Amino acid sequence: MAMRTAVRRAATRPGSLPASLASLAEKLLTPHGVDRYLELVDPMLVRREIRGEVVALRRPTRDSVTLTVRPSRAWRGFAAGQFVRVTVDIDGVRRTRCYSPAGSAHRDGELEFTVKAHEGGLVSRQLHEHGHVGMVLGLSPADGTFALPEPRPDSIVLIAGGSGITPVLSMLRTLVDERYPGEVSLLYYARTPADVPYAEELDALAARRGVRIHVRHTASDGRFTAEHLRRVAPWFARATTFLCGPPPLMEAVRALYADAGISERLHTEEFVPPVLTVGAAETGGRIRFARSGVDVVSDGRPLLEQAEDAGLSPEHGCRMGICFSCTQRKVSGVVRTASGEESAEDDEEIQLCVTAAVGDVEIDC
Amino acid sequence: MTGLQDRLTPEQVEEFGREMDELRRRVVADLGADDVEYIQNVIKTQRGLEVTGRALMYAGFFPPAWLAGVGALSLAKILDNMEIGHNVMHGQYDWTRDPALSSQRFEWDNVAPAENWRHSHNYIHHTYTNIVDKDRDVGYGILRIDPAQQWHPYYLGNPVYATLLAIFFQWGVMLHDLEVDRVVKGERKWSEFGEERRRIGRKMGRQIGKDYVLFPLLTGPLAPLTFAGNAAANLARNLWAFGIIFCGHFPADVESFSEEETEQETRGQWYLRQILGSANITGGPLFHILSGNLSHQIEHHLFPDIPARRYPQIAGEVRAICEKYGLPYHTGPLHKQLWSVAKKIVKFALPGSGDREPEPVTVERDRTPAAA
Ligand SMILES: Cc1cc2nc3c(=O)[nH]c(=O)nc-3n(C[C@H](O)[C@H](O)[C@H](O)COP(=O)(O)OP(=O)(O)OC[C@H]3O[C@@H](n4cnc5c(N)ncnc54)[C@H](O)[C@@H]3O)c2cc1C
Ligand code: FES
Repeated sequence: MAMRTAVRRAATRPGSLPASLASLAEKLLTPHGVDRYLELVDPMLVRREIRGEVVALRRPTRDSVTLTVRPSRAWRGFAAGQFVRVTVDIDGVRRTRCYSPAGSAHRDGELEFTVKAHEGGLVSRQLHEHGHVGMVLGLSPADGTFALPEPRPDSIVLIAGGSGITPVLSMLRTLVDERYPGEVSLLYYARTPADVPYAEELDALAARRGVRIHVRHTASDGRFTAEHLRRVAPWFARATTFLCGPPPLMEAVRALYADAGISERLHTEEFVPPVLTVGAAETGGRIRFARSGVDVVSDGRPLLEQAEDAGLSPEHGCRMGICFSCTQRKVSGVVRTASGEESAEDDEEIQLCVTAAVGDVEIDC
Repeated sequence: MTGLQDRLTPEQVEEFGREMDELRRRVVADLGADDVEYIQNVIKTQRGLEVTGRALMYAGFFPPAWLAGVGALSLAKILDNMEIGHNVMHGQYDWTRDPALSSQRFEWDNVAPAENWRHSHNYIHHTYTNIVDKDRDVGYGILRIDPAQQWHPYYLGNPVYATLLAIFFQWGVMLHDLEVDRVVKGERKWSEFGEERRRIGRKMGRQIGKDYVLFPLLTGPLAPLTFAGNAAANLARNLWAFGIIFCGHFPADVESFSEEETEQETRGQWYLRQILGSANITGGPLFHILSGNLSHQIEHHLFPDIPARRYPQIAGEVRAICEKYGLPYHTGPLHKQLWSVAKKIVKFALPGSGDREPEPVTVERDRTPAAA
């Protein structure tokens, strides 16, 4: 791995022969650029964009799929816990969703994604039902602040539920690869034994020195309690905790940490977009998308959705306020963000996916 | 010439507009993987022809190879500018959310920078289609092509200007976006176009760099032949694009409009103007593709942001709707339309070719704003 990285760096050092050739090729193939020609030969040859080819695929539970993906040369690795924006083509339209690689950050020559198929979900179902070896996905660089800090904390608690296993499993696998000397405990919730992806691997990891893993089945053991946590990590109050799971689990753990006065030791990742609430009295404002010359009446939903319903296609990624791809300039008016804050500043940059109009708003988009 | 509003009652105009909206809704709902596959295939063909053309220049000492190279490169440039560039930059594929098909990011193989062109074409020309003094595509700011344009001795050179414009069309388009004609007349200042000029500088450098410096140099001793071959391909694209575009709006029976009669148009009236102000060209499927489906100028003007491959599919319906409302549907073969345009260019070089009297607006209108 280290060698491959070294070779990759040399290939792109400015002034080197390959770099001069690449720049000549770009000049010859203007205005479209080299990638637009290379991809016609093989979509994985692209130099600037990141793509990933599915090289293995299995369905560990009834409603999930695990994809092993080999990224193209522009991939620059990730920190355990981060996410990647994955793009798939569905009936001609590109759809992008965030997925957290579940593998060790030290083995980034192959990425592993485990995706839970949501009923009525567009991308997760596409991957679950139509994913296949050889499929090419669009990838973004890894992103997000939910990641193992450097230097590593002395002891670590990982709490996850359902598909939220992925970022914390990546952390656990990374720590094991590093021969992490501290204590690490994983508390994982799934509905039934049949709903646990990685069951065998979790057993194997639990046999490692310093690693403790408890898998709880909510159908029989009930939901999260402080007792569950104390069993697997009696020392949790002095550890650093990483939490990812469905909203009820997140709330219960947050409440416990708040009561214990250790909220600052808790790091969280949400997979589900926050719900935007604009009071009924505040809908009905006029939203003007100035550059497109389109006007709509606000129904209180995020500006991104309203723009799309009006036939516009603003750029976006995560649709939940993480990636900032949907940032546009608000010329005037008041908007409310998902956290409930209102902002009336003119000419401010707003994220269309997590803001709603309060009254008349004009956006330069 | 009849006033735009005299032809139908206001109710009929709106009913007609609703039928057009309904047609549009049906096509939009049906967009999908087939449309993407189609444009990807056109792109693949274009890139293949381009690479073939560039490669054949290495055998340019052999005249048939040189000719074949020029042919392949000409076709590549035509496809790039017409079926791909013009249509992608109209936003016809924005719904795919593919950055390579995004109207905001696409750049074409032409000296006119995409961004400048999008403004003058998508906004000015498509919004103000054939409104004399507003649609700057009427005569491209240098020709007299409509009786409503005041005659001036300058226009005696009409046929010469038209010929030059055809030969140097990509440069014409580039200067047109810069509104050079209006700068010369003193209506606008150079300083207003700083951003546009910088973009042109960069784009020109890149375009000239590859066609007239790098590719010729790479063929070593054949450089002069490669230079000439690339120039010939640019010329072929220029003549073709000029021909198609001028046949789209200026054949004899196509109408133009005045600012007054189009003030505060309704959506129905806007559709009506697009039909009366455009003309189709008949031909086979290959001809339609090479014209960027601008041979379906009428359908394109009605629905500029629907993928162009849909125009031939809906042409029958559009025509039937026109017939139902007694509206003309201008169409004819390329040679007939070209001849008609050529005659107009010569005729309007001379003074007093029947000045156009704007008809008074005779009907009450529904004052809902038109969509652009
Ligand atoms: C940082 C981050 C990391 C993520 N990592 C993973 C991962 O590793 N594995 C994984 O499976 N998913 C992950 N997700 C969730 C993923 O991005 C998608 O939201 C999910 O796959 C659903 O997308 P979809 O297109 O199938 O559903 P959509 O078509 O977007 O939505 C369909 C319906 O499902 C609901 N829905 C959407 N997402 C969820 C959800 N997570 N839980 C419950 N209901 C939902 C929506 O409200 C809607 O009603 C992550 C999300 C984020 C923000
Ligand atoms: S789409 Fe990611 S922040 Fe809005």
